[in-house]
Amino acid sequence: MILTIIGKELKSMFASPLAWVLMAFLQGIFAFIFMSQLQSFSIMQGQLANTTNAPGLTEVAITPVFSVAAVVILFSVPLLTMRLIAEERRNQTMIFLISAPISMTQIILGKFFATVIFLEIIFVIACLMCFSVLPGGTLDFGLVFSCLLGISLLGGTFSAIGLFVSCLTNHPVVAAILSLAIALGLWIINLTAPDPESVLNLISIFSHWEPFLEGTIAVKNITYFILIISVFIILSIRRLDADRLHA
Amino acid sequence: MVERGITLAAEGLTRLYGINLAVSDVTIELRRGEVIGLLGPNGAGKTTTMQMITGNLAPTNGAINVCGVDMIENPTAAKNRIGYLPEIPPLYRELRVDEFLTLAGRLRKIQRRDIKSAVNAAKQKCGLENMGRRLIGALSKGYRQRVGIAQAIIHEPDVIILDEPTVGLDPNQIREIRSLIRSLGDRHSIILSTHILPEVEAVCDRVHILDHGKVAYSDTIRGMQSARSEYVIDIALQNPPSESEISAKLDNAEVENKEGQEFRITHPYKDPTDIILKSAVEYGWGLFKLNPVQASLEEVFVQLTKTTQ
Repeated sequence: MILTIIGKELKSMFASPLAWVLMAFLQGIFAFIFMSQLQSFSIMQGQLANTTNAPGLTEVAITPVFSVAAVVILFSVPLLTMRLIAEERRNQTMIFLISAPISMTQIILGKFFATVIFLEIIFVIACLMCFSVLPGGTLDFGLVFSCLLGISLLGGTFSAIGLFVSCLTNHPVVAAILSLAIALGLWIINLTAPDPESVLNLISIFSHWEPFLEGTIAVKNITYFILIISVFIILSIRRLDADRLHA
Repeated sequence: MVERGITLAAEGLTRLYGINLAVSDVTIELRRGEVIGLLGPNGAGKTTTMQMITGNLAPTNGAINVCGVDMIENPTAAKNRIGYLPEIPPLYRELRVDEFLTLAGRLRKIQRRDIKSAVNAAKQKCGLENMGRRLIGALSKGYRQRVGIAQAIIHEPDVIILDEPTVGLDPNQIREIRSLIRSLGDRHSIILSTHILPEVEAVCDRVHILDHGKVAYSDTIRGMQSARSEYVIDIALQNPPSESEISAKLDNAEVENKEGQEFRITHPYKDPTDIILKSAVEYGWGLFKLNPVQASLEEVFVQLTKTTQ
């Protein structure tokens, strides 16, 4: 059943120009960053050869792509998630899903995974682009994997936040702005906390995402993302149920 | 399932919106092969009742049982036995008719290998055979309504619930949709909501009239027709006698001069068409127009509640 919902969501996404425009836009940005970093690497190459423990091609060219990608999806995932529930409500199609013999959990999970799969397509294509240096050099595959895992968890987190906010309103635009506000808020919340032990650092998305860029895959960071995703998914399910009970 | 067994039993349905009582103590029982009309003015609670029966809205009080499955305890199993067409057909404009019906079938747990024949059967019943490749967003309103009905019947549900299925259609489409509903009524149980009286008389076996969230009247169609005691007919005469003279000839019916040659005849208990014709010929009134007046829902409603009280 979840697969049916995922299929339906992906079909709807790709039937609208939004998904294609978003995909082209993201790939364009990634390619541009990748190219400029590659350029500076080829300029720096002479100096790097003489330093000990110098950063390799992966650190110089690939990591910045993911670092920029994180900020870009922070702003673009809300555009993707805004219509998930809000538009179904607006078009009166929510009734179609609720009348069908499926649970709210299945509806929410289907929509969540559809968004994640869409983002995953973008990330994998970005990775393939990075692999284009392979004929002329080597990559640190461990670091690439760490970046990919990190950005996937990040994408999942933004999707879950966006999905929940989409459950709150009938207006896609309101949903987009509100989910951007929540995601951005969680992203920058630790700016005012220089102390690494502070609670703000503990709840900030950024402080849990950064280690992935350095190649550190820590259980506590993975747990953090999975926790945030689960909280927003459960909130979404409760929210849809509440519609039926109290609307 | 026993033939003519009860497919839907909704008991004491009550729904509060805040402190507003939208539906209060509505009980509906539906048998296989029966078409029930939910009749009522706007805001009477028809849609709310239907949303509760289909599991879109949790009742504040009351129980819903679909073919022995409780909607509140086991909603997924109960929903699988219901097909629902809401007031605004829930359609994805970006999908093709075939894609949408396949999706509807998949969500209603039709097996992958049976889905094609189910889609074709639903299309055939609703007259959509040649529309499979069309985008739903590009269909006319009448065809969208048919797609809406097709998605409600694709899984052969025991109970079909149609919320104002003929609103906004042209007379030809209305006739087609009505005959479709009538033919579906042979094998499924149907609840139909409408505020059009002739529609109920044309397709339903029984009728429930809702008013202010309560069942104000409920009877078979025949019962309702005989309970509607008044007959109103508009006539126009070339050589009109006085009102009292007409009244005297017409079994003391009430006569009201509308304008010039036109009169409205109201008979309290029987159809006066026959004696109007006879008298007009006998006394040379020059009858040139005779028009039975369709009572509006409100009038019928007043008449019916008058007789039951």
